[in-house]
Amino acid sequence: MPELTPGSRWASQVCTTEVIVVRAPDGDVDLECGASPVVAAGGSGPDGSPDAGAADGSLLGKRYVDGDDTLELLCTKPGDGSLGVGGTLLGLKEAKPLPASD
Amino acid sequence: MMLLEMAAGGFADRVAVGSRADGLTFADLFGRAAATADRLRSVEAGHLVLADVSSEALPALLFGSSWAGIPFVPLNYRLPDGELRMLAGRVSPALAVAQPGTTGRLDGLDGLGVVDRDVMWKELQTTRSVEPDWRFEGEDVAVLLFTSGTTGDPKAAVLRQRHLVSYILGSVDFGSAGEEEAALVSVPPYHVAGIAAILSNVFAGRRLLQLPTFEPGAWIDLVRAEGVTSAMVVPTMLARIVEHLEAEGPGSPGLPTLRALSYGGGRMPQPVIEKALDLLPDTRFVNAYGLTETSSTVALLGPDEHRAAVASDDPDVRRRLASVGRPLPGIEVSIRDGAGAEAPDREPGDIWLRGEQVSGEYRGQGSRLTAEGWFPTNDGGWLDDEGFLFVTGRIDDVIVKGGQNISPGEIEEVLLRHPAVADAAAIGLPDREWGERIVVAVVAYVSADVSADELCALVRHELRSNRTPDHVEFLEGLPYNDTGKLLRRVLREQLAHLGDA
Repeated sequence: MPELTPGSRWASQVCTTEVIVVRAPDGDVDLECGASPVVAAGGSGPDGSPDAGAADGSLLGKRYVDGDDTLELLCTKPGDGSLGVGGTLLGLKEAKPLPASD
Repeated sequence: MMLLEMAAGGFADRVAVGSRADGLTFADLFGRAAATADRLRSVEAGHLVLADVSSEALPALLFGSSWAGIPFVPLNYRLPDGELRMLAGRVSPALAVAQPGTTGRLDGLDGLGVVDRDVMWKELQTTRSVEPDWRFEGEDVAVLLFTSGTTGDPKAAVLRQRHLVSYILGSVDFGSAGEEEAALVSVPPYHVAGIAAILSNVFAGRRLLQLPTFEPGAWIDLVRAEGVTSAMVVPTMLARIVEHLEAEGPGSPGLPTLRALSYGGGRMPQPVIEKALDLLPDTRFVNAYGLTETSSTVALLGPDEHRAAVASDDPDVRRRLASVGRPLPGIEVSIRDGAGAEAPDREPGDIWLRGEQVSGEYRGQGSRLTAEGWFPTNDGGWLDDEGFLFVTGRIDDVIVKGGQNISPGEIEEVLLRHPAVADAAAIGLPDREWGERIVVAVVAYVSADVSADELCALVRHELRSNRTPDHVEFLEGLPYNDTGKLLRRVLREQLAHLGDA
């Protein structure tokens, strides 16, 4: 698993999920989707299906963060697999709804 | 660019720009942005310069620049030719897109190709298979905006991809707009709010409508014809809209579709906003405060806070109608004294801002952020007990009388609360004895009857006696620029005869 640099894009191997990295800690991160390691986006497309323990799905436009808030991903394509790191699922970052200002 | 790609993925067939009947869909917009990027790459443009009003081409040109990884540089097309050419010359090599029929204004500059917007737009309509071959680089410069700078050469504020993206992700919920929603943009593309409006509304999935030249009747007609649900205006625009609605009389159909109206970019006279709240009882008002250097909005006064302020008998709560509300979740505000130390509670000082969307960088001059990441805005202000931010004006506009610093904003706020006062500005003019004297320019309502003595007494009663104006000058109107900023420098020149030589 290479380093997740901000701006890099990753795809699930087992569903249609794609994410872009907003923020990431230094060093290697075992990012998974549907319990399988993700691959660089733009590859051959998904094959197989998400593991039952990681199949709640990803939602377009939502941000996903780890427990320490060091990793933040933005979902650019939704899919059936759930995002996780090293077996722990990532949480949804809830944005406080703001009135439109522009 | 990822913002648009997501929108195109999420709601491809929705109309993104223009009328419901024949507007551009999100998929169309994505395709035009790709074609723009192809064009920019083929001429190896280092910037995309825009010398044009808002048009249906604008969002595609903005996103296309990001796709190609080069800065988008919208210029104030109202500038005289010489100044426009000087600014364009500072960002070559570039491809410049000019308002139809005006390419001659930018011809013959070194390193600058010029194309007519209509010609460019026709060329962009060729379809190609759209591979998202863009890269998100947080450090790439997304937009360069020349600030209106009242003195010296205009500075080019640098907004990088990471600033704009963190602003959008922090303040807009993806795809949150209903299919029926439409936003009306009447601020020009060279204003940061014009750029922010495109990004926010695209990410929300809200249709964009544009009014290239603001005129209150046309604005109201467009809201009614297209069922506009939200809009952003500068204070002078709102004043004229209110006037127009009032003139329609009791039979006025109002603006029933308009759910949200945000305003910012300058001081809002209290009577205008109070009248607007009264005329548009179902509209939710938002006052947004932001700067070019902070990727637009950093604080806002929300709809419920507006209504609560108007309904309150508590002067401290009522006063919040003149505040810019509270900071966005990702923004920290600190009030500093002249030495950069934190000012005591409720004391005015320089507004410092920190957050991921804050750039504070100018091309060729580097970052103005402090070592701790704070951006000193040079706007004066103070925070009340519940964290509501009051902006009193530019620090440079502070009046220094007899060694006392007097903020024009606090005097103006008092004057604007008088029912006869439509607009007011306080300036300092040279005074042999005191260094500066306080001169206020007041625009009274035509039908109103108010004396200089009465206004001086009001200020003396509300503030300390050293804030009392030395002279009140009644004028027909105050000088504003086209985006609603009061031009104090012009006013000072106009009233120079009221100061000592």
